[in-house]
Order: sequence, then C-alpha cells, then structure tokens
Amino acid sequence: MEDEQLRATVIATLRSIAPEVEESELRDDRPLRQQVDLDSMDWLNFLIGLDRALEVDIPESDYGRLVTLAEVLAYLKLRLA
Amino acid sequence: MFDFKLPSLGADMEEGKLLEWLVKPGDTVDKGQVVAVVDTSKAAVDVEIWHKGTVHALLVGPGEKIPVGTVLATVLEPGETAPAAAPPALRPAPSGARKRISPAARRKAEQLGVDCALIAGTGADGAVTLADIERAVAGGTGTAAAEAAKALHRPASPADRQAETRRAIAAAMSRSKREIPHYYLFETVALARAQQWLTVANEGRPIAARLLLAVLQIKAVARAVKRYPEMNGYFRDGGFEPAESAHVGVAISLRQGGLIAPALHDADRKPLEQLMRELTDLVKRTRAGSLRGSELTDATITVTNLGDQGVEGVVGVIHPPQVALVGFGRVALRPWVEDGKLCAMPTVMASLAADHRVSDGHRGALFMAELRELLQQPQDL
Repeated sequence: MEDEQLRATVIATLRSIAPEVEESELRDDRPLRQQVDLDSMDWLNFLIGLDRALEVDIPESDYGRLVTLAEVLAYLKLRLA
Repeated sequence: MFDFKLPSLGADMEEGKLLEWLVKPGDTVDKGQVVAVVDTSKAAVDVEIWHKGTVHALLVGPGEKIPVGTVLATVLEPGETAPAAAPPALRPAPSGARKRISPAARRKAEQLGVDCALIAGTGADGAVTLADIERAVAGGTGTAAAEAAKALHRPASPADRQAETRRAIAAAMSRSKREIPHYYLFETVALARAQQWLTVANEGRPIAARLLLAVLQIKAVARAVKRYPEMNGYFRDGGFEPAESAHVGVAISLRQGGLIAPALHDADRKPLEQLMRELTDLVKRTRAGSLRGSELTDATITVTNLGDQGVEGVVGVIHPPQVALVGFGRVALRPWVEDGKLCAMPTVMASLAADHRVSDGHRGALFMAELRELLQQPQDL
C-alpha cells in the first residue's frame, strides 16, 4: 500500500471515531490521543477500525509504540510490508 | 385498560416531544418493548413500555410537545376486550391556538409527513382542508412542506441540542449541590494485579474482544454496592430507597460537549466479556443519540473515569436522585511500598462522593476498602 493511501485510511478511521478532526490541524509528531481527545474506548475502537480496514491485528503489547500519528503510520507500514 | 404515560427520562426532564410511534392501535406489546421515540433535551430516546397488552388508542401525535406524566396511549390488559365506545382520537393540543385541521387533511398530511402548522388554511375558521394540503405539496409551497416534513421528524439542531444538554446538566447538578450533603473519600488503589490479569486475558483475544480496565472498575463498583447497599439507590420524597439491582451509570462524554450517564444493567452479575460488549455498544449509542428510556433512568450509582484526560482524581457530583458516585483518575506508575520495599506500582486514585443523608464516612470507607480489595482479585470479578 502506498504511503498516501495508508495515511488516508488511518485518517478516515480516526474520523469515524472523532468526526470533528481536521486533517490539516493534525501534527504528525504529537501524541495522537492528546490532539484528538481519544479516551481508552475511542482508542480501542480506532485500533479495531484499523484492523477491519487493513487486517492488522495490533497486539496490546505494541500499544506503547503507537503514540504519534507518525509512529502509527510507520508501525502499520512495517506490519503490512 | 391502563394508561401509558410519558416517563421522566432523567431527573432534569420536564417535557418531551413525541417524534414517532412504533406501534399502532391493535398491536400487542411486550414488557420492555420500545413503542415510541421521544426527543428529550439531551437525545432522542427509545421509550419502552413495562406492561404487556394491546394498544387501544394513541392519544398524542408526532410532533407534539408534552409534559412528563402525560398519557400517551391507552393499552388493554392481556385478555381484556376493548370498551364499546370508540377509542378517542388524538388528543387535541393543549393550546387553543392550534390550527383547525380537517380529519382528511390530517390523514393526508401524516401520510406525506407534512406539518399542518406551516400551511395556510382556506376552510371555515381558517381550517386546513385536504385541498390545502394537496395544493401545498403540489404547488409553490412544496419545498416548505418538505421542510416541514423534515422539521417534524428531525430532532433539534446540534447547536440547540448542545444548549439544551448544558441546561439539563446545569439543572441536575445545581439540584445536586443544593440538596445533597456530599461527603468525599479517596483511596489510592494498586493495579499491578489487575493490569497483569488484563494483559494475560487480552493476549489471546482478537482486538474486538479485548477488555478495558474500565470494565473491571465498573464490575468492582457493582459488586461493592451489593455489600454496601446504602451507596446504591435513590433518595426520593425525604427517604432512601435502596435498589435491588446494581445498574451502574457510566458517565460518557459527548464529542460536541456535555455528558450522559446511561445505565449498564445488572453489572454485578454479568461476565466481563458481556459487560465489555455492552459498554462498547452503550458508548456508541450514547454518542449516536439512540438510547433507551430505561438506560437513562435506571442507574442506581454512577461511575466516572477521567483518567484518560490525565487527572489524578475526581471529586464527584452525585447525579440525583442517586446517592453515590465513584470516580477514577489516571493510572500511572507511582512510588509504592509493598512488603517493606519501595517499588514502582501502577495505581489509580478512586474517589467516592456519597450522600450524607443516607450513609456516613465510616460506611463509605468500608465500601472503598471493599472496592480496593475487589480490584486486587480481578480473576474473581
């Protein structure tokens, strides 16, 4: 999957949880959950959404590597490779 | 025959607007069946009926605003036959200012979803006639009629809804602070066991079946109130009514602002997997604005979790007529002494706000100790 396509999928999944998100306001290098106000239920639903869209089951032990948007994208790229 | 009345769907609700009937005269209804959709200040709510029977007559029409306690419909008991007299027609609106509408016009308007209030009547005394409706739909006012149809079924606009939600919260919380003599207790709870248990429990699970710590917290609260019933129930008419069941209200923030705390029914008795599914569903439906009446009214105690927002602890405001609220703060590694040794321990600050008319700090403290111990035995939850 192309980087841009992956990014679009991640943003779309995020917006299904938090419809008010504006992509232009997201900073790739800041903690995602703080920027978007995701509680633990929202976060789980975000990961469930990614699992459905990309068929990547993210184990709980990897949550710590998924803090910023950049990290999420890098992690998914690696898993999809 | 009995009356089906508009229930109060929250301590702060005084009136509602009937959006839609899901039953018609002659339909049989079952206990717990959703029979109508009512717009409250906070959300469109599916209202259930709590008696079996057969719908006899609907007395309030869609679009009408009615106070709590208004008879919405009459229902025949099982086996009862309808009285000889014809069922009454839809109740006329309480205000005399309502338009006169011919029955044929009303039926046509209902079929087409047209709001007669927006149509100029040409009949006697300005009554809206069938011809007026047909003209309105076919002619230049067709768009107005379409708008009217939308207005009839559309809940309030987001901005209105937000203002109404804020007003409803203000009313309930002001009442709480005015009437309830709160006392507050705090306890820092070690969560190493709970977290280890969750890690193992979630390891083999597909992502959609994983459990959150919040579910353990809710279940522990539900179990603890069964031992300390003075935290569970309602203070009404000058006295405490303990509740038989532990229906835990879960404070859920709405993305556009405000919050609702619908009930997870019988949280003490349900397996964690089921509670997790129900919690996920409840959050989804709360945010989508499709809750059931019983979910809005049944909570016997509330749990609020503000840890995701990064605060250490919560000093809660009890949701009347409930008598207690348990708050949880952020889970973080903190210095801790166990077996005489200093270690880094994941902990959470649990807090209790309770009603001093019903219980005292001593019982509150025992309740909190019970909660702490339950969270040390996650495998038994």
